[in-house]
This record gives sequence, C-alpha cells and structure tokens, in this order.
Amino acid sequence: MVTVQLFASYAEALGGSTLQIPFENGTRVADLVRSIRALPGGRSVPPSPRVAINRKFATAEQLIRKDDEIAVIPPVAGG
Amino acid sequence: MKRAAVVTRVIDPAALIAEVQSPEFGAISLFVGTVRDVNDGRSVTALDYSAYVNMAESELAAILDEAEVNFGVGAIAIEHRIGALALGEVSVAIASTHAHRRPAIECTRFIIEEIKSRVPIWKLEHYADGAREWVDPTRAIGEAAL
Repeated sequence: MVTVQLFASYAEALGGSTLQIPFENGTRVADLVRSIRALPGGRSVPPSPRVAINRKFATAEQLIRKDDEIAVIPPVAGG
Repeated sequence: MKRAAVVTRVIDPAALIAEVQSPEFGAISLFVGTVRDVNDGRSVTALDYSAYVNMAESELAAILDEAEVNFGVGAIAIEHRIGALALGEVSVAIASTHAHRRPAIECTRFIIEEIKSRVPIWKLEHYADGAREWVDPTRAIGEAAL
C-alpha cells in the first residue's frame, strides 16, 4: 500500500486527508487515480487530475515508488 | 535576497517593502491580494485558505528562481496567508525590486499568475446564504476570473 494525501474538495468527498491505496511494482500515476476514483466519493476526482510525487507535478505515466510522497491536487485557487 | 513563505498570521505589505528595499534598486513593485466580498455574483462573508504547505513552499521557491532568471530582479519577497480570513484582509503580497520599473512590474505580474496556476493552495468560500464552496478557477475559464 502507498499513502496518498488529499486536500480541499477531494479530502471532503473521500472522507479524509489520507488514503491507503494498493500498490505493486509498475503502478503508474494513472493506475493510482483509477483506484481512487473507484472508491466511494472518488468521482469527485477527475480522470486526469494533477498528481504530485515528492512535491513535484507528475505525469500520468510516471511510475510510483514505495516511499514516494504522493498527493492528488484539486484545482488550485491561491492568490 | 529572495524569500517566499506560507504564513498563518496577518501579512504586512509595508514590511515586505522594507525587506526588499535597497538604494541600488530604483523600483519596487508591490502586489497585494485581498479578500473580496463578491465572487461570481454571490455575496461572500469569509474565506478559509488551506495549502499543501511543503509543496506550496517548494513551488514558491521554484517560482522565485524562475523570476530571477526571467527578469533579473534584485530582491523578491512573497507571503501567502492560509487559515480563516475576513473580508478585506490580505491573502497574498509580493514585492519585487529592480533597477528599473518595467522588469519589477513584470516580475510581480509573473509571480502572481504562477501562484494562481500552480501553487497548491485552496480557497473555501462562505456565502451570505449559509452555503460554502471550494473555489475552482478551472470552471471560470472565459469568464470574469480572467
């Protein structure tokens, strides 16, 4: 399992600020998103959300590693 | 001198000016964002800002580096506040300096646009009718938000 951080509207929709998501070697960002969207409330996350790995925006094809810091980033609204 | 921070206290724009000011710079450009009382036609009563703080600070640091390369500015200070803010309070302040006005102004503009597009900070609006909503600027493309 890997820990995924959620924020703002996504955290509210999925009922918490972290999720534990199944993980195996070869899991990509897109696979992780598919797993999240299958959870109750997961449809609030779009099919291609911004995902950050180790505090940098990642691509859908990027591979997840076991100890990565992973976050799904809702549309930002700073300023 | 370059500094960017996510803060939970009141932002004092004058303090940012003092921080970047130096006789070698002939221009200081200051942007101050404040909490507005209306959004998308709805009456706003208060705002809660939240952030992925670690990443917000690293993105702000990256923006500072890009701004320095792009505009050759002398000193920059940025503060973005999170937590509960009342109407009219300062949510963000940016002070950029340069020998001349144009790069200073362009640098400040660059920084606020980059903050709005990529720094992981979110805004929960509370409305006069009791409703609340996370602001999603991607839904407002083509409208007044631009």
